[in-house]
Amino acid sequence: MEFPFQWTLLWTDRMIYLLLVLVVGFGFYVSRKEHLLAPWRQIRRRPFAMSALVLLLFYLSIGLMDSVHFRKQLPMTDTSKALQYDPEVLSLLDVLLEGLKNNVEKTYSAPLATHAFNKQMLEGPDGTKQRIYPRLKYGGAHLVNPETDRWPDLLSRVGERAVFGIGIIVLFYIWVMLVLSQKHQIPPKEMTRKMIRGETETAWRAILLTAGLVFIVVGIAGPLSTKYHLFGTDKVGQDVLYLALKGVRTGLVIGTLTTLVMLPFAIFLGISAGYFRGKIDDAIQYLYTTLSSIPGVLLIAAAVLILQVYMDKNADAFASITERADIRLLFLCLILGVTSWIGLCRMLRGETLKLREMEYVQAAKALGVGNQRIMTHYILPNVMHLVLIAVVLDFSGLVLAEAILSYVGVGVDPAMISWGNMINSARLELAREPVVWWSLTAAFIFMFVLVLAANVFSDAVRDAFDPRLRGR
Amino acid sequence: MSQSLLSIQGLKTWFSTEGGIVRAVDGVSFDIQRGETFALVGESGSGKSMTALSIMKLVPQPAGRIESGQILLEGEDLCGLPEVAMRGLRGNRMSMIFQEPMTSLNPVISIGEQIRETLEYHLKLDAKMARARAVDLLDLVGIPDPNRRYDEYPHQISGGMKQRVMIAIALSGEPDLLIADEPTTALDVTIQAQILDLLRRLQKDKGMAILLITHDLGVVSEMADHVAVMYAGEIVEMAERQAFFENPRHPYSQKLLSSLPGNKQRGEALEIIRGTVPALNQVFLGCRFSNRCDNAWERCEKEVPQWHSLETGGVRCHLVDAPEMAREAEKLQENISKTGDVGVSGMDHEKSTLLQVSNLKVHFPVQKGLFKRVVGHVKAVDGVSLKIDPGKTVALVGESGCGKTTVGKAILQLIPQTEGAVVLENTDLSTLSREALRQRRSDFQIIFQDPYSSLNPRMLVGDILKEGVKALKVEQAQDDDTWMDELLDQVGLTPDAKDRYPHEFSGGQRQRICIARVLAVQPKVIICDEPTSALDVSVQAQVLNLLKQLQSTYRLAYLFITHDLSVVDYFADEVAVMYLGRIVEYGSVESVLGNPKHPYTQALLSAVPQVDPKKKRMIIRVEGDLPSPINPPKGCYFHPRCPKSMPVCREEYPDLSVLSPSHETSCFLYSGE
Amino acid sequence: MITYIIRRVLYAIPILVGVNLLTFILFFVVNTPDDMARLHLGMKRVTPEAIEKWKADHGYDIPVAWNASAEGIQKISETIFFKKSVRLFVFDFGFADDGRNIGADIRERMWPSLAIAMPSLIVGLLVNITVAMLIAFFRASYIDTWGIIVAVGMMSISSLFYIIGGQFLLSKMFRLVPISGYDEGINAVKFLVLPVLVALVGGIGSGTRWYRSIFLEEIGKDYVRTARAKGLAELTVLFRHVLRNALVPILTGVVVVIPLLFMGSLVTESFFSIPGLGSYTIDAINSQDFGIVRAMVFLGSVLYIVGLILTDISYTWVDPRVRLR
Repeated sequence: MEFPFQWTLLWTDRMIYLLLVLVVGFGFYVSRKEHLLAPWRQIRRRPFAMSALVLLLFYLSIGLMDSVHFRKQLPMTDTSKALQYDPEVLSLLDVLLEGLKNNVEKTYSAPLATHAFNKQMLEGPDGTKQRIYPRLKYGGAHLVNPETDRWPDLLSRVGERAVFGIGIIVLFYIWVMLVLSQKHQIPPKEMTRKMIRGETETAWRAILLTAGLVFIVVGIAGPLSTKYHLFGTDKVGQDVLYLALKGVRTGLVIGTLTTLVMLPFAIFLGISAGYFRGKIDDAIQYLYTTLSSIPGVLLIAAAVLILQVYMDKNADAFASITERADIRLLFLCLILGVTSWIGLCRMLRGETLKLREMEYVQAAKALGVGNQRIMTHYILPNVMHLVLIAVVLDFSGLVLAEAILSYVGVGVDPAMISWGNMINSARLELAREPVVWWSLTAAFIFMFVLVLAANVFSDAVRDAFDPRLRGR
Repeated sequence: MSQSLLSIQGLKTWFSTEGGIVRAVDGVSFDIQRGETFALVGESGSGKSMTALSIMKLVPQPAGRIESGQILLEGEDLCGLPEVAMRGLRGNRMSMIFQEPMTSLNPVISIGEQIRETLEYHLKLDAKMARARAVDLLDLVGIPDPNRRYDEYPHQISGGMKQRVMIAIALSGEPDLLIADEPTTALDVTIQAQILDLLRRLQKDKGMAILLITHDLGVVSEMADHVAVMYAGEIVEMAERQAFFENPRHPYSQKLLSSLPGNKQRGEALEIIRGTVPALNQVFLGCRFSNRCDNAWERCEKEVPQWHSLETGGVRCHLVDAPEMAREAEKLQENISKTGDVGVSGMDHEKSTLLQVSNLKVHFPVQKGLFKRVVGHVKAVDGVSLKIDPGKTVALVGESGCGKTTVGKAILQLIPQTEGAVVLENTDLSTLSREALRQRRSDFQIIFQDPYSSLNPRMLVGDILKEGVKALKVEQAQDDDTWMDELLDQVGLTPDAKDRYPHEFSGGQRQRICIARVLAVQPKVIICDEPTSALDVSVQAQVLNLLKQLQSTYRLAYLFITHDLSVVDYFADEVAVMYLGRIVEYGSVESVLGNPKHPYTQALLSAVPQVDPKKKRMIIRVEGDLPSPINPPKGCYFHPRCPKSMPVCREEYPDLSVLSPSHETSCFLYSGE
Repeated sequence: MITYIIRRVLYAIPILVGVNLLTFILFFVVNTPDDMARLHLGMKRVTPEAIEKWKADHGYDIPVAWNASAEGIQKISETIFFKKSVRLFVFDFGFADDGRNIGADIRERMWPSLAIAMPSLIVGLLVNITVAMLIAFFRASYIDTWGIIVAVGMMSISSLFYIIGGQFLLSKMFRLVPISGYDEGINAVKFLVLPVLVALVGGIGSGTRWYRSIFLEEIGKDYVRTARAKGLAELTVLFRHVLRNALVPILTGVVVVIPLLFMGSLVTESFFSIPGLGSYTIDAINSQDFGIVRAMVFLGSVLYIVGLILTDISYTWVDPRVRLR
């Protein structure tokens, strides 16, 4: 059977899939080890952390949908028998948001507006020219009398959806409750009471409330966004909500792939330096002192500038703008990785120096266990909690760093949709009269929720895994 | 009866933890009179330190709180006092010193300042007067050259000195009550003797009462007027010292006393208390000790024993009501102790030395200057010779920093030796290549001090046992894993331990796992590096019994590294006393411990607190601390601290004097012999 | 102490050599000077003559690492490597693409950078420590819980938003301070208020959280128990005992950045149009002036190493246990 599209694997897609496989594998491994599970149990009990986790999973699902890429098949032409594909690379998310993506206005329009933001010279049906705010092509286009109908229309749409959404959510809550009461052999009434009071082992109340909130917001915003521009449109008339949603993947990629890239180096070098000491330690220390002595932004700036020149030189190597932007994104992760592995490496070196003197390592040496096995079976498992803490702590910092770098001009490709690029282009809009505030607001909200969720979750992870913080 | 200085009534201090409420102190009552020493004895986790912190109202917040009870200081209830009023009492009318002098002083403030601060706060002295008084206090606690020391920082002085500074701080408010929480546990015996001496002297001069918290019955016997034994958050027995040691009433106290190792028990198994202290996050329905008590009968399980007041104290045990049960139990116990007998080693006469260490030296370079030139060496081990026969135990005794652990690691080739030979059955281990050494490793093994850090927390016990077998390719009798079950059985663990992680075991059980791990590779000699010093007395007895029994089964040779002379007396065949990297006295246990010749050995022996209250011992005071091994004193290393030093001692290091075939020492006192 | 500093300075040499080699490889080996010229002259359709002229104008018309056509020592010295990289060691930064002397520019522009970065650091440090101390004083109470929640919330906001928000609120809506710009001398103050305030607000979240955890770690130590057992009041314990010990880890993070303050902040300076080194760098990045970027990379590493040495020296002031040998 032939599909009317061609699956396209971008480089970052591959890395994301690899990361997904690793995370799932790690989760499977942990789930079978009781003592590794214990800290996670502690996290499971914390309502804030679980709310954050729900939000993170929501972002993650958006990001993953945006990571399945393909190109549409073009209609067959007579001139060539071979299949032709559209050069534009689309993602699953694009298909889902087709309405948003294609409802392009001429230029700025405010959130929920029915008319453009700027006056325009238009020719009336009678041939007279006048400067008016023209009706938008898509935003509120279904309204006959926008001035009077807009708010009633909005309210009825929101109300209808909200009632419908709450209904579904309540049914969902009941279903979860029944499943849980089955599983724990607790009568449904008792289970309900426990869940409402937040006395369950897992913080179900927080999970369900957050999930419900997300569901209702999506349920209302989804259909509404095809009729109105919820966050307005930007200078070229693109729907800002669409841009903000597309920015999710960029943020996630920067936050996660960077760690994936740096982790092997940091772990291998850090443990080697601490374990072997002497010359190897000197060499590794020299390496990371040298790299860390270059101010991070400058190193990234230099590297990205060089990359730009290189890409310009070899512009033909990239099939599409998307691929080009993708390579640049991957390279940015790489160079961010180079600047951010040093902290973890230094910490692992220090910890290994301590661990290698531990009596169980000495005992293993006395039992003739080889160096390699000591490093992989005695040191590594006992520093993994540090690695995990570092990974989750780094995530939010990297998402924030993307915005800064894009502002400085050494971030992701200008053609790539990212929150940093949104902020960068929206910066001058604040100077306009009246102010164009919605691009900035959208980027702010999307970024804030992600970073806050990541921070709250990483706090919980750190508390659960750092033995020094026990009982505090 | 006149009013007690301190009267505790029904004190309960509870902690909320994730595992529920832990009743660390659960209904403790006792009185302390002016000027007396009241000892609170118990194993770790018995709640004795928490009792002390409760009195000071320094229980760690917010997890812990004083649930109920009264703490009356001369009739005034401290529990009702606001924090501000408590501050006026702390460090003033009652003071406290802690177990770890190393960490209890602020590292970035000079010791003089730390004393002066208290003086200024409580006595409202001005800076100049306070300084003068602080110097006086330093002098009082026996710190030489107090004017200079005043400006020194804690890291510049030794552990014993730090504890003296702690005492000086505690004394600055002229307290009526001094709470000493394990004041000497972290210190060496000779330093311990100095500190205990100091406390006694100060008590006599100042007339203050001391609440002494300790696990060491020897210290109790030397210091206390009254003794209270704590177990699992309760006081189980209280008595005057003499009465307590002569006739302990509670089965737990009896067991504690009889599980102490020593000369008398040589060749027999030690009395043990089976099991471990129960977790305190439960409500007890019966006696807390019942699961470990040989005397227990049903009543003990079902009914909480009440406090029975006796002439000089009291006891919390059903036996007081039902003395006839004790007799039954005694019979039972005799049977048990007979079955628990261990074989006596030393029956074989063939003299083939298993391990011979000759002139072992381990020096660590000291680097200095611009290019890190080596300017000197830390002579951690400086010419040690030993030999161990199969089935025998040689004890290596010395204070911390004398290099005894380094000897152990150097024998195992875990650290490179600078000089000398370690010959195991005619092979010098130090000349072997890495691979050849690896193949021999199964013959010599090590057991470490801290059972908590000597097992990889991320490995199953089964994998831990297999680790050495795999690495060294040791042949086991069975191909499958049944050898592990047998091994675990041998060290007193059940086979299901294989599939569990180390953190699920208690300290004593972990030490058993460590022993099993070593046994799995079928060694000939085991270096035991303080294997019992991190354990409570009752658990120590269990482990010592096990080691003894394994020795007779497998004819194992032990090099037993320890600082505890009573364990040596019980356990070892030969003993080597180490001082500053060298052995000063070497010989059979009977001759060295029974008739010590070297002044250091004599001092060491005399400093050990004795449980027997009648035996008055002469303490040979050793002044000062262990010198630095970078720069040992010229001549005999011990001469600056030696009470018998002669001019010649300052000039050269004494040669070995052989006193008898089984006794030799390095001292000029015997150089003619 | 002196020998220690000498050794550290000697140790800095191989690191600077490493930095230099790295930048050299990045700038001249991955891309040839021809590529650079093409970039500046506007891509693709450039004549070889124009490239040669550009290279000659900017001193790139010599071999990269080995000049075979020259004589004697000039075989090495008449190369891009020597002229552009080795010369950095004597702080000869050469000329920018627009012909200005980079060294002179740096000397001139580092003062505005310092004027904005130094107050930011000091005010931030004082405020963060005070707030963290307060939170630590009320540990395990509602103040602590809410303090942490606010701190986590504040650190989840990108610094860009603080700048944009600050400019919008204070300058545009309330017109309290100028939105951007810089002036010499005392007049600079009114331009500095906003950037310093923004830096303070932007850093307070992560700052207090970090210092709080340091304080709490110290509070858990034995010597604090001793101090309480002396009867000292909680505030005395915190300020006399805890703070002095907490200074050790705090210094690690703070002293090392002091020399780097000269470099300024890229984002702040460009937003507020401060003529400092930060905006200098960002302009260079945007106009792709590699000479300036290279100079700033080198300068940054030098200052970082100076910072490391200063950190070690500062330890001797606060921690009597540290002796430098």
